[in-house]
Amino acid sequence: MAKSDVKVLGAWPSPFVMRPRIALNIKSVDYEFLQETFGSKSELLLKSNPVHKKIPVLIHGDKPVCESLIIVEYIDEVWSSAPSILPSNPYDRATARFWASYVDEKLFPSMKEIVSADGEEAKKAAIQVVVDGLVLLEDAYAKCSKGGKFFGGEQIGYLDIAFGSYVGWLRVTEKFNQVKLLDEAKTPGLVKWAEAFCAHPAVKDVMPETDKLAEFAKVLAKARAAPPPK
Amino acid sequence: MSNLGEVVLLDCWVSPFCMRVKIALAEKGVEYEARAEDLFGGKSDLLLTSNPIYKKVPVLLHNGKPLCESTVIVGYIDETWSSPPLLPTSAYGRAQAHFWADFIDKKVFEASYKILTCKGEVPETAKKDFIEILKQLEGSLGEKDFFGGDSFGFLDIILIPLTSWFYPIEKFGGFEVKEECPKFSAWMNRCMQRENVANVLPDPEKVYEFVIMVRKMQGIE
Repeated sequence: MAKSDVKVLGAWPSPFVMRPRIALNIKSVDYEFLQETFGSKSELLLKSNPVHKKIPVLIHGDKPVCESLIIVEYIDEVWSSAPSILPSNPYDRATARFWASYVDEKLFPSMKEIVSADGEEAKKAAIQVVVDGLVLLEDAYAKCSKGGKFFGGEQIGYLDIAFGSYVGWLRVTEKFNQVKLLDEAKTPGLVKWAEAFCAHPAVKDVMPETDKLAEFAKVLAKARAAPPPK
Repeated sequence: MSNLGEVVLLDCWVSPFCMRVKIALAEKGVEYEARAEDLFGGKSDLLLTSNPIYKKVPVLLHNGKPLCESTVIVGYIDETWSSPPLLPTSAYGRAQAHFWADFIDKKVFEASYKILTCKGEVPETAKKDFIEILKQLEGSLGEKDFFGGDSFGFLDIILIPLTSWFYPIEKFGGFEVKEECPKFSAWMNRCMQRENVANVLPDPEKVYEFVIMVRKMQGIE
């Protein structure tokens, strides 16, 4: 399929935008990456995602698909030749979807709490919440990977994409707070998994370097502290 | 269609999320045992061990293996018992269905909660937001009989249980869905004509009494 038939609207720092890009890479599908300018939303974005006005949006032909994990499932179904992204068995699929929902509903908000926590005690408590969540994911990893390197087993899959897209931001949080979140003592499996994930051919060109992401985080923090533009 | 083993649902009569699962199982003709959880008196050991992360209903146990999160469970039901299909057949149709299910989970519940937990008079903004959300859903429904098209399907199953809470919302909010969003109201009536829906959704008066009780417990009344 011609490159211009598949577009991803997004921005390089966003973990959500990374997800469809990884999925398209797994399927060896060429696509055009249209980056939004930080601080403004393009006409195309507003037209393609009028409900939420958020990235990522996949535009396939003339059809927009929104919400990162929904896009990943769509990609898996449309380009259905191997490798598969979702597990083949309905119970394993439900388990992967459950944990993907957990990372979005619980883990990511708890990471954001570290940023907004006021004072040492609050920060320590917020960090503990994230670590506790990662310990749960360590257990899920042991069960889902079935001896393989990834949550998907031997191959990278849906839950690797869902959770792995946060690894860059986890590393930034570790850097800013001088703390280990993915820790050899508590989450040894995830430490190895994170390295394998970031080194994967479908991921490595899409995962931003920690230093670059850290610089962006500072820009983001400044922009949020400033009064909104009129 | 074969039951494919033992199916148990950890359930609560007033939970719209449990209703989703019950309607889906009924649509597929799956026999199951519903075990009522006493969410205030004390959750069962089975619930706590089957859903240690959230400790919430619904939990579906299929041959002893637990599944949690209502939308995930409905998806599992659709994939395991394939007839009749609940999700659209095209990948794009499925993406649309999941998109609106996500919208419903993010918006409808929160807007309902805001109205029902108000102390005193419900602010205009809360009412407006709620109605606006229903209007957006009306937009997605368009001229179709059901969100799934001609047939009742996944998205109808995800949404209709939340409407069992509309009676207390209307009473507290001081508005009527059938006046503000007649298309939405017509869709609700079409769904309620289906036996699998009517048998599962509770009496609105009972839901209202439940809300009053919880408000008292939380010191809102």
